[in-house]
Amino acid sequence: MDIRFRDAEPSDEERAAVDAVLGPPATGWEGGARSAADLRFAARAEPRRDLLLPALHAVNDRVGWISEGALDYVCRRLTVPPAEAYGVATFYSLFSLRPRPPRVLHVCTDLACQAKGARRLREQVEERLGPPGETWQESPCLGLCERAPAALALEAGPAPRAEVYAPADADAMVSTPADAMAGAPSPNGSGPRLDVAGDAPAVAAVPQAGQDGLILLRRAGRADPASLDDYRATGGCTALRRAFELGPAGVIREVLESGLVGRGGAAFPTGRKWDAAARQPDHPHYLVCNADESEPGTFKDRVVMENDPYALVEAMTVAAYATGCAQGYLYIRGEYPRAAARLAHAIATARARGLLGPDILGKGFSFDIELRRGAGAYICGEETAIFNSIEGHRGEPRSKPPFPVEKGLFGKPTVVNNVETLVNVLPILERGARAYAAAEPKLFCVSGAVERPGVYELTFGATLRELLELAGTTGTTRAVLLGGAAGAFVTDLDIPLTFEGTRDAGATLGSGVVLVIDDTVDLRQLLLRIAEFFRDESCGQCVPCRVGTVRQEEALHRLSRRVSHDDLVLLRDVGRTMRDASICGLGQTAWNAVESAIDRLGVYE
Amino acid sequence: MIPLQPPRRLIDVQIDDETVRVPEGATILDACRAAGKDVPTLCHGDTLTPKNACRVCVVEVEGARTLAPACSRKAEAGMKVGTGSERARHSRKVVLELLGSSVDLSTTPRAAEWTAEYGADPARFGADAATVEQPAKVDNDLYVRDYSKCILCYKCVDACGEQWQNTFAIGVAGRGFDGTISTEFDAPLTDSACVYCGNCVEVCPTGALSFKTEFDMRAEGTWDESRQSETTTVCSYCGVGCNLTLHVQDNKIVKVTSPHDNPVTKGNLCVKGRFGYGYV
Ligand SMILES: Cc1cc2nc3c(=O)[nH]c(=O)nc-3n(C[C@H](O)[C@H](O)[C@H](O)COP(=O)(O)O)c2cc1C
Ligand code: SF4
Ligand code: SF4
Ligand code: SF4
Ligand code: FES
Repeated sequence: MDIRFRDAEPSDEERAAVDAVLGPPATGWEGGARSAADLRFAARAEPRRDLLLPALHAVNDRVGWISEGALDYVCRRLTVPPAEAYGVATFYSLFSLRPRPPRVLHVCTDLACQAKGARRLREQVEERLGPPGETWQESPCLGLCERAPAALALEAGPAPRAEVYAPADADAMVSTPADAMAGAPSPNGSGPRLDVAGDAPAVAAVPQAGQDGLILLRRAGRADPASLDDYRATGGCTALRRAFELGPAGVIREVLESGLVGRGGAAFPTGRKWDAAARQPDHPHYLVCNADESEPGTFKDRVVMENDPYALVEAMTVAAYATGCAQGYLYIRGEYPRAAARLAHAIATARARGLLGPDILGKGFSFDIELRRGAGAYICGEETAIFNSIEGHRGEPRSKPPFPVEKGLFGKPTVVNNVETLVNVLPILERGARAYAAAEPKLFCVSGAVERPGVYELTFGATLRELLELAGTTGTTRAVLLGGAAGAFVTDLDIPLTFEGTRDAGATLGSGVVLVIDDTVDLRQLLLRIAEFFRDESCGQCVPCRVGTVRQEEALHRLSRRVSHDDLVLLRDVGRTMRDASICGLGQTAWNAVESAIDRLGVYE
Repeated sequence: MIPLQPPRRLIDVQIDDETVRVPEGATILDACRAAGKDVPTLCHGDTLTPKNACRVCVVEVEGARTLAPACSRKAEAGMKVGTGSERARHSRKVVLELLGSSVDLSTTPRAAEWTAEYGADPARFGADAATVEQPAKVDNDLYVRDYSKCILCYKCVDACGEQWQNTFAIGVAGRGFDGTISTEFDAPLTDSACVYCGNCVEVCPTGALSFKTEFDMRAEGTWDESRQSETTTVCSYCGVGCNLTLHVQDNKIVKVTSPHDNPVTKGNLCVKGRFGYGYV
């Protein structure tokens, strides 16, 4: 490969930002100052394309945007063709390829926030800061739905910072001087170094916090998420020790027997996935924890990661042990600075105390976790798009087959699991598969017209009504959006919250979203936002989704003004084609919510 | 020269109730063609790894939740495929409508024929339907990039990149409906890594990439394929012996292609063979 670079030079600051992630260049051939000695030989940098996203983050975090010189330098350092790196950088919405101010405010306009006055917030911000684009921008769901409306400020600089506003208040966000963004101590270890400000107590996200009998949320508000000793004192590491007793095959047997299915949306049996991966003769095997959580209305994984980061580290270690992985990647969305910081801290301390790295707990098993930050792309939560993103390609889903357990990350057998799925493995091992299955916990993300929004833990089998009684509805409940933007509206509150129960009701549990819509919500506006979301987040690879999501949004715009039979037919035709012929789940589900709103709620009658 | 392939096991596949026998590893499209079915394809390239992005080739595989892209899904023994089922035809029709309403397909071979065959009506999305219309990029004397005609099939990127040319002058930038084929920072080709091999032009299925000669003649209204003759000959520059197909109209070479079934070059050329015909 003979790569041609352009002659744009990076600034000293950009060079320093990149070198801070990649180390200084070894020779003039890979972007260093050229010396006479360099001209006596030809060399090239080791291709490390998988560091492209971290390197782009480094520049964006330091300067606020990525210049031609910076991109060129990153390409030289990693042996990536500039046209491809440009394609990658322009794929992510948190990166800018044009100059912009260091502080950018991301104002959520998505479903839960829309139901809680995001429109007014946006107008207020616009009055103060002008039209969106440079200093602020509208953002898809920030995963802070329990404290809607939400906003996130990201500020570039030598010590990049993030500030969470939820519930957001325009005055506070706009008048905050930059210095007020001081916050949590900068974590050491792998992953992002980002100061985060704007905290809320655990109970703000977990109304049940402190209650007895919780399994997945047992430490929320009870144990200090930064303390490994607290973690151990509250039962931490028991599952890992049990795993070492059982051996890899024994762990898989327990997981199979527990009947655990994936919590990321597709509900695939976890034990079968692990078993298939463990059996693959090709090596190495990789583990990927899917912490991209960008489904509008979903925030359970964030809450688990913020409140119990060591549990995820332990669960990943167990998964890696069972499936024969020496390396794990924790891919977390770029909009979760606090969760990322807490995980980075947990990983670093776990490593320092022999719970990660070579010879874990002296059992001869080696495993380590690398934290990777996404950069604003919902599609990167799709299991194969994650691989491309980690590898430094555009976050486009791959065609299946082959499936990840055969050919996944770097073309090797890979286990991908959702955060909640992994965390469930701990109680399976602690209590035994049978006891676990008798009272299987499930997390729900309740937002919208309820008194106590947040993450709730119930055992499978509870009905929607029971969940809503816990959260306390406000106003007259008109419908509930189950499963997020890719889910469906339901009106029957007696459906059991199980995978089968929701399927029988023509809905899905999906990622556990329960968005309550009362009769003050403008349903047509809500549908428009759903359509806009899919249009924005389509990767653009396949025609049914790339163009279909645009046509869906156009038709909904027309329908919000005037109901016409032709547009309803058109929506059905396009929707059916997106569902049937799209490459991945994004296009396949982009019409679900709209269809259910038409058929069950009669929005356009 | 025909390279010898290792012997392959044969498998039986059912295509619309007819059993055909294809070698293991063949795609559903191969099986359909063996059965004499005309399955439309746009993004499928005979010399490239399928990207299965356009989805006009979708077929119904019994037992599958979604339709399958015939061009890239491997045929499996015992598979039952419906090429003309109502479901498959419906998706093809709507995909043609989605494409026809957003992209200028006027120079895409067979697009009009398929649009008629499937009863597709791209106009149904209304006059305000968003399109990818934009001015053609004319920034060099050899070929023109007219992305109003681009269906984003990724073929040019694959041909320029790791599948053939290894030059990586172009990539896909942006995302979703705003995605385009682009050099870095959208620089003119003359500032990019492009070496003008024209291999991207060779594989483009829509005419979004075309010889400057063709682009100019179309603009003047003098391009007329019925008056053109094609002659395949051997390139006279270096000694590799690449095959060239000269397209001649009115005694003038108007463009140069290369046979895709040539086992050495598979349709690829370098700048001299592709564009260096001025001396003839
Ligand atoms: C468009 C799209 C987005 C997705 N986003 C996520 C996500 O954010 N988190 C997640 O765990 N799974 C997500 N998934 C599902 C994953 O593809 C995959 O099924 C899941 O990570 C597997 O883990 P599990 O078996 O533990 O659920 C998404 C799927 C699609 C199609
Ligand atoms: S369905 Fe949409 S998101 Fe998925 S591959 Fe196709 S264009 Fe990309
Ligand atoms: S002419 Fe050749 S080098 Fe230039 S963009 Fe096309 S394939 Fe790439
Ligand atoms: S320019 Fe041609 S080859 Fe390239 S993506 Fe567009 S249609 Fe395909
Ligand atoms: S030809 Fe098969 S998807 Fe395009």
